Amino acid sequence: MSIGGWGLSFVSVRLSKKWLSIDEARGLLRGNLGVFALADAQQSTRYIGYAGGKSLFGLKGEVAAAVQALPAVTFVRWEVTTSYLSRYKELLMLHHYDYGELPPDNPPPAAITLGKLRPAG
Amino acid sequence: MNLELTEEQDLVIAMVRRFVREEILPLEYDLDPDADELDAADRARLIEKTKAMGLYGLDIPPAFGGPDIDLVTRTLMAVEMAQHRAGLYAPCYGTFGGAGLAQLFEATEEQKEKYLYPTLRGEKRGFFGLSEPSGGSDPARAIQTKAVQDGDDWIINGGKLWISGADKAQYGLVFARTANDKGRNGVTCFIVDTDTPGFAVRRIVHTLRSAHYATELSFEEMRVPASNILGELNKGFAIANDRLTKQRIPYAAGCIGVAIKAQEMALEYVPQRETFGAPLSSRQSIQWMLVDNEIDIKQSLWITLEAAAKAERGENFRKEAAMAKLVATEAGGRVVDRCMQMFGGLGVAKDLPFERWFREMRIRRIGEGPSEVQRHVIARELLGSSLR
Repeated sequence: MSIGGWGLSFVSVRLSKKWLSIDEARGLLRGNLGVFALADAQQSTRYIGYAGGKSLFGLKGEVAAAVQALPAVTFVRWEVTTSYLSRYKELLMLHHYDYGELPPDNPPPAAITLGKLRPAG
Repeated sequence: MNLELTEEQDLVIAMVRRFVREEILPLEYDLDPDADELDAADRARLIEKTKAMGLYGLDIPPAFGGPDIDLVTRTLMAVEMAQHRAGLYAPCYGTFGGAGLAQLFEATEEQKEKYLYPTLRGEKRGFFGLSEPSGGSDPARAIQTKAVQDGDDWIINGGKLWISGADKAQYGLVFARTANDKGRNGVTCFIVDTDTPGFAVRRIVHTLRSAHYATELSFEEMRVPASNILGELNKGFAIANDRLTKQRIPYAAGCIGVAIKAQEMALEYVPQRETFGAPLSSRQSIQWMLVDNEIDIKQSLWITLEAAAKAERGENFRKEAAMAKLVATEAGGRVVDRCMQMFGGLGVAKDLPFERWFREMRIRRIGEGPSEVQRHVIARELLGSSLR
């Protein structure tokens, strides 16, 4: 179904943005709300995070803090969205669907109950 | 009509109000502004408190172990329980417990053993699968999901949209067309285990509401035993309709609770905030906003309580429930909008809850049947069979 050129499901289920090196990303990240993923040199996702309403400097601040805590990560990609919490949960569930576990550097979230997704694509 | 609360109602409401202010609000200070869940330890601790208060499992009928609370008091409690940031979609973060899907109280004993009792014990969760991409307000005609009998089983194909909690559920109620009759007499309600081959939660549907999201489901050659039909074959519409009517009262109550809290915050703020050398409260434009808020809140509250009172007496409350849903969701939106205006920049920042309430309140005019459908229901009740 498409209305005005917009499909009913226009959001890609998976985070499909291009991976950028941490250095490349530094100049591009802004203080927006959103979600992000960090990966190692093989571009395997190590961590999924979000910048929410309490994040200082939004994505820029959250990515910087995560990179500092996880020195092994070398790539980042992100998506600006105000639906950061539902998108964050969706990305964790998708990762679990794809790999049978959460990203290795993601501690089990204490205040979040994750469900099960089985995406079409 | 007695407009005074009984002593018992006063006590219960004061208890819930204290719980929200002393237990819920302090926790929200550290949570993300869009959060709809508590840390597991906090949640367990608060559930022990609501159990000690004798108020856990509010919507469970007394015959099944729930507290014996009349619908008017229950509605007043729902108004109180919504008076915090997550109050619209996660009142008190579920620490008063849930009753699961009310339709299961009418299930067969075998179905109750498998689905209802584990739900009441907190071991299973269910979802309500009615709406489809083709629409949710007119389920009798919009349902395209089909079930075809194959021996002792039914094979279901189709999909659902805007379904809450399906990704975390162990089972759900799925409404499917079982007869060629395109109207209400061809729909059946099936209890479906979410680990059934062919069942899939395809995606989260992202909306204005970041927490308590909806999902999209698909069913491909999903085989369900005939023993999992809830109620009678081709009589599923009545189950859906009954649920939609009952749900309108707590839905309205939540909006009223948030509106009351927003108004309370505005009343605290406007005498303090000065512009051009005088407090905001001295400005007639502000005073009128507060007056309009108060009228919106009182009208919604009384209409909603009347619906609850009629339901409690066992009378037909379809018209009153639709009026409550219509008036409270629209009034709630206006109240939150006016309060944002009074707070200025602070009103739209995530520091305060108005922006979240504003987004979530907008959904309330659409969810559980939009305002236009409520007007249609009311007109049908007024005009009866003369309406075509």
